[in-house]
Amino acid sequence: MAQSPPPPHPNEPVEWTTIIGAHQGSWDWRLSELWNCRDLISLFVWRDFVSVYKQTILGPAWHLLQPLLTTLTFTFIFGKIALFSTGGVPPFLFYLSGTILWSFFSNCLLKTSNTFLSNSGLLSKVYFHRLSIPISTLFSTLIAFAIQFSLFLLVWIYFCFHENSIHPSLALLAAPVAILMIAGYALAGGIIVSAVTTRYRDLSIAIAFGVQLLMFLTPVIYPLSSVPSENQWIISLNPLTPIFELFRFSFFGGTPCSLLALGFSFFLLLLLLTVGLALFSRIEKTFMDTI
Amino acid sequence: MPPVIAVENISKSYRLGSIGGSSFREEFSKGWKNLFRHSAPPAQEFWALKEIHFSIQEGEILGIVGRNGAGKSTLLKILSRVTAPTSGVVKIKGRIASLLEVGTGFHPELSGRDNIFLNGAILGMSKAEIRRKFDEIVAFSEISDFIDTPVKRYSSGMYVRLAFAVAAHLESEILIVDEVLAVGDAQFQKKCLGKIGEITSKEKRTVLFVSHHLESVRKLCNTALLLQNGKLITHGTVDQVLQTFLNEPTETHSSTFIRYPEKPLDQFHLQKIELLDEQGELKRTLQTWDYVRFRITFHSPRPLKSGAVNFHLNTPSGTRLLLASNSPEQSFTLNYREGTNQIDCVLSKLMLAAGHYLIGASLAVPNIECLYDGVDHALIEVQSKDIYDSGLAPHSHRALIPMDCHWELP
Repeated sequence: MAQSPPPPHPNEPVEWTTIIGAHQGSWDWRLSELWNCRDLISLFVWRDFVSVYKQTILGPAWHLLQPLLTTLTFTFIFGKIALFSTGGVPPFLFYLSGTILWSFFSNCLLKTSNTFLSNSGLLSKVYFHRLSIPISTLFSTLIAFAIQFSLFLLVWIYFCFHENSIHPSLALLAAPVAILMIAGYALAGGIIVSAVTTRYRDLSIAIAFGVQLLMFLTPVIYPLSSVPSENQWIISLNPLTPIFELFRFSFFGGTPCSLLALGFSFFLLLLLLTVGLALFSRIEKTFMDTI
Repeated sequence: MPPVIAVENISKSYRLGSIGGSSFREEFSKGWKNLFRHSAPPAQEFWALKEIHFSIQEGEILGIVGRNGAGKSTLLKILSRVTAPTSGVVKIKGRIASLLEVGTGFHPELSGRDNIFLNGAILGMSKAEIRRKFDEIVAFSEISDFIDTPVKRYSSGMYVRLAFAVAAHLESEILIVDEVLAVGDAQFQKKCLGKIGEITSKEKRTVLFVSHHLESVRKLCNTALLLQNGKLITHGTVDQVLQTFLNEPTETHSSTFIRYPEKPLDQFHLQKIELLDEQGELKRTLQTWDYVRFRITFHSPRPLKSGAVNFHLNTPSGTRLLLASNSPEQSFTLNYREGTNQIDCVLSKLMLAAGHYLIGASLAVPNIECLYDGVDHALIEVQSKDIYDSGLAPHSHRALIPMDCHWELP
């Protein structure tokens, strides 16, 4: 019944464009292929941005309402009741800066950490560079952050004119560095968690809870300078601490954050990104078999 | 002619049983080792594909046929890069687009217009390409009036039309199509098949096509490939291969005992179909006009009051000859037990001429919900029987249904 299979193809030279093999291991990142996915990434970003507020009345205004309401609550609770120090910065401005940067970090981290689980239907049917999904998530949270950041800038400019303690300075140039580093941490953390959750769902539960706790260990609602010096080392161990301090320093001045801590944080970021990409590229080819 | 796809010794194994280790520590140390090493051999494995080796020439329209569990879907998944092979290499020349599902990535809240762009990009088109083909896609989908309506308000037919319209306009050199055309109405199916045929004859595109609908494989493809239990049996012209497929004697299925591949126990699924005689013994052969009892064994993850089992019988080309439902049509109450269930569909006289037929069964809550779709057909063979004692047994190439008739003078 079985006919002889057709002769193997002749060994003439052919220009292969794609070669699919077994595991190519942890270091096969194919980042140039990601560039070809730029149209897809931009459409994903656009989809995430547009679809969330379909059938809502306020639409994208929610991006502004969320940080505003959070900041007002924080100003009331921590500024008026608990009487936290804000290091001489007007409380509203101080809490707004912390809120927008933290919500950027936590939204981005939590969403990218669900890359494989929430997109398994799509990923099991079609191939594109798998990193397109976390990258597009990063960009769509970055857009939301940009809207909130411009609100913050307006408030900051207002305070510049009406408050003697705040002056624009060259330190402003450091703000983009802080934002990029936060984005890097969120992406690195997100892809590490997303890779591990394809086998152990525990982590996706732990991360949502962990991010809440982490906020209190990061100078979001208090400046590092207000932490009693004997406990300061605990907060300083957190690699996000110098980034938040840098972000505040660039707008509010005051004591600059330690360069050593910032350098260490940057080094750790590169390490986490490398580990993240390695884990991600290990998992992306076969996660469909385990999810 | 140079090959555009070369599949070289592809194998794919899956781990059976639960995934995840006995303890977190053990898993962690294993995972840590794996990070710096190539894949570790899995403990208990099942080979979905074993050493598949073939190549496809430019312009070839290849049909992939085989029974359930033969490895067709796994092969398509590897070729479309959704999962990686365990060993072996696939080399591809040119852009490859795969259509394993219609409407992959459609977002229900977005309009038809937006989804054309989104779906097109997911399938690998650039924005400029989609913009250029946009009007053509809308025209093909026949839903231009609803193009700005969110797709969640579409009927399922409109949804399929739009989705296929996008896919049909992909500009890839290689197109992989799974059984996606099974959805949608017959007229649109014909239009889609026509479109695939048109693209391939005009543009020299290579197509890989999987379908249970043997007639469309025959119509559309010029070559075919037969898989059986993860092994490549034959690769040749479509008529040759389909002939081999229909005559294929099998190891796991005899013609009267069909065992289905194992599935997770939290899903409704068929386990086996046996063909029994009056005494309840497994039949050795099946002949025209035989008494036959189709014993359907299926798994239910939970008890269910008055469920339905729909038994059906098709010709290999897909024409339905029988659809028997215990409920609601025949008012035969069947309460599913948790675990294994059995029910018999009894045909006191099998009105089928000698030849091959496909049988299958689906499970449902009558009129409400489909629990198991029953698209995985099994092939049975009816052997000729000389019912008229004339030496001329009825055969399906003359007429399918030898009804009980005789001749008289008025």
